[in-house]
Amino acid sequence: MDNYQASNEIILKECAVNTEEIVRIGEVIESATSHFTAQCYELDSFPPLGALVKTQNSNRQIYGIVFNATTEGIDPGRKPLARGKDASSEKTLYEANPQIAKLLKSQFEALVVGYKEDDRVFHYLPPQPAPIHSFAYLCPAQDVTEFSRSFEFLNTILNSSVSLPHEELIAATLRRMSIVQEDKHAFLITAGKHLATTLSGDFKRLRTILERIRE
Amino acid sequence: MSIEDNRMGIVVSGSSNKGVEVRLDANTSVEDMVVGRYVTIEGQKRRFFGMITEVLLGVTDLNLTQTPPDTKDPFIAEVLSGTSTFGTLQIMPYLTIGGDIESVVEGPQPVKTVPSHYSTVKLAEDRDIELVFGKEDKERFWIGNPLDMETKLCINLPELVKRSNGIFGKSGTGKTFLTRMLLIGMLQKSACVNLVFDMHSEYGWAGTSEKGRSVKALKQLFPSKVAVFTLDEENSRNRGVSTDYVVKIGYNEIEPEDMSLLRQTLNLTDPAVEAVYQMRRKFGNEWFVKTTELADSEDTKELLSSMNIHESTFQNLQRGLNAIKRLPFIQKHTEKKAVNHTIEYLNRGMNVVLEFGRYTDITAYILVANLLTRRIYSQYRDKTEKAMSGAGEPPVPLVITIEEAHKFLNHDIAEKTIFGTIAREMRKYNVTLLVIDQRPSGIDEEIMSQMGTKITCLLDNERDMDSVLSGVSGKSELKAVLAKLSAKQQALIFGHAVPMPVAFQPREYGSAESYKGFSDTVNDTEQAQKDIEDLW
Ligand SMILES: Nc1ncnc2c1ncn2[C@@H]1O[C@H](COP(=O)(O)OP(=O)(O)OP(=O)(O)O)[C@@H](O)[C@H]1O
Ligand SMILES: [Mg+2]
Repeated sequence: MDNYQASNEIILKECAVNTEEIVRIGEVIESATSHFTAQCYELDSFPPLGALVKTQNSNRQIYGIVFNATTEGIDPGRKPLARGKDASSEKTLYEANPQIAKLLKSQFEALVVGYKEDDRVFHYLPPQPAPIHSFAYLCPAQDVTEFSRSFEFLNTILNSSVSLPHEELIAATLRRMSIVQEDKHAFLITAGKHLATTLSGDFKRLRTILERIRE
Repeated sequence: MSIEDNRMGIVVSGSSNKGVEVRLDANTSVEDMVVGRYVTIEGQKRRFFGMITEVLLGVTDLNLTQTPPDTKDPFIAEVLSGTSTFGTLQIMPYLTIGGDIESVVEGPQPVKTVPSHYSTVKLAEDRDIELVFGKEDKERFWIGNPLDMETKLCINLPELVKRSNGIFGKSGTGKTFLTRMLLIGMLQKSACVNLVFDMHSEYGWAGTSEKGRSVKALKQLFPSKVAVFTLDEENSRNRGVSTDYVVKIGYNEIEPEDMSLLRQTLNLTDPAVEAVYQMRRKFGNEWFVKTTELADSEDTKELLSSMNIHESTFQNLQRGLNAIKRLPFIQKHTEKKAVNHTIEYLNRGMNVVLEFGRYTDITAYILVANLLTRRIYSQYRDKTEKAMSGAGEPPVPLVITIEEAHKFLNHDIAEKTIFGTIAREMRKYNVTLLVIDQRPSGIDEEIMSQMGTKITCLLDNERDMDSVLSGVSGKSELKAVLAKLSAKQQALIFGHAVPMPVAFQPREYGSAESYKGFSDTVNDTEQAQKDIEDLW
């Protein structure tokens, strides 16, 4: 399967609201209490910004929100070079240079926003970080609806000291989550009101987010 | 949800002095909130009853007012409403009731604290009004409904008439309509009799509404309880009023005190008023005739200089006396019939309305009202004192209604007049006043503060508002409410007869439907029969 197809497929699956199928999208290669990094199995096959992802180990699932994605050389000393000058398309470029896929890796970072244990969802940090090499999955619609019943994760994002685009991330997360809601409008309004209360003294930030989630 | 349970918002701050600040819920429109509206607050341990005294808009971040967001975007508008932008109310709690059985039995008590943080604020419901003001019953009279509510607002009339009361409001706000209604209430429920000095002839038989329609007045509704006296027989006849008595006043009835009350209206100088008393000492009861008949002669000059009265003072006095003499209902001599007749009616439990007809001149009004009241009062005093010492029954409590009250009770004369005395001594001798005025600031401050209950319609003059509210706690908050009343048929009542101030809309008066409610016609024939039996 070619890289573009792979990533498109993921997006399609994630957007398909009713899908219950769990899509594996990578493997944790760096883990901290507040965020983790997972490598994708295919180049460029990232989950989208703001997507809810999870790791699953024994009876604990850890939820994260994708806030960053990168593709870089496996060897930090060797940077990728442009190779397509004579190629007619990007596809032919890959065909002509099959080694590329081996020299590069795609990975994404997710901010930990909660976990689930014994069928209960908690909107705060888990006791331990996700084990290294845990598989990372894209959450199906059911997980998203369940998780978004509380807006506490908005505060987690807002207050996070991890370097991330706070307003952009919140907007992206809410846009994605709204897709699976029964009443999309009501969901966004309630989220907006929650933010308005939290950001009561900072209308500029509030406005930045609202501008990005209004329908 | 919030519509069903009437919830409007929560308490966010407050003080026992200035009342509480309430943050409106997002789905309560600030535009539905009106100053003067009656609300309840559910504290942790007790419920509070209060009134909206101010409505404000708030923002959490000043940036919202400096660079307003795109409000055309319905999404942003909806998000901000009630969160970043919100409505705030200032509410003055007046009464409170505890949750335990004892407190419930005791009923609402004056507030000495504030509801705790985040207590829920609701619009008052019918039962809240009933709990505080009581239901219509044989003592409580339905005077109207609280602003924006359908519930009947009732006041206890026997309680009301225990003190002198006032009705205020600028011209055309509904004072006369309110007074007429209160008089009806008293006829029905207060066990007192009324004497009304009816300057514009609108309480006895018929009044007029602004649309020029005629509205029934007391005698039409209570023929067996009301007598109409007139000073102007011809005028009453022309208006088709069947009067019970024509009042005439004799020179011999006029006392020096009457003259001092008329000092301003007759333009008398102080020495001239002084001279009246001298004349009285000199000529006795006949002083009025004798003084007016003093010719411009040497004898007179001698007399005046012997009394130390200046020529010009005397002329000033004579001019004043002649003005009185010209009043058509003044006669040379009467047997004080008017006073005796009035008292006789009142003693029988008949309410007396004295129409002035064409004599709406203030001189006539002051003279007659003062003269009759003084005599009636002294009889009441004698009777009450006798009753207190065990001889005979005390007289039926009497309420005297006067208009243009500041002419009787202004600072300069309140001390000296009979009305000042009555207003100050509450109900010592079973007489109280109902004063009507459009310029309350003209009334002596002390008298104002002695009034038991005040009902005020809109006043547009700062000084008038201050004077009506002087001595009331939470004055500035009530003033805000008073200033927002509409120009007609809305009023604020506070004082002795009501447990807390309340803004209300007086009952509609003047339609056939309204008369039904007023005249309890159901047992009218029965009542009439009974009245007649009582009389004889
Ligand atoms: N309770 C009421 N029911 C019906 N109409 C009313 C009522 N109150 C006031 N009005 C209307 O308002 C008009 C003015 O009221 P009213 O004559 O009582 O005013 P006022 O204060 O006595 O004025 P003024 O100072 O000129 O004597 C009335 O003619 C009537 O049309
Ligand atoms: Mg009037």
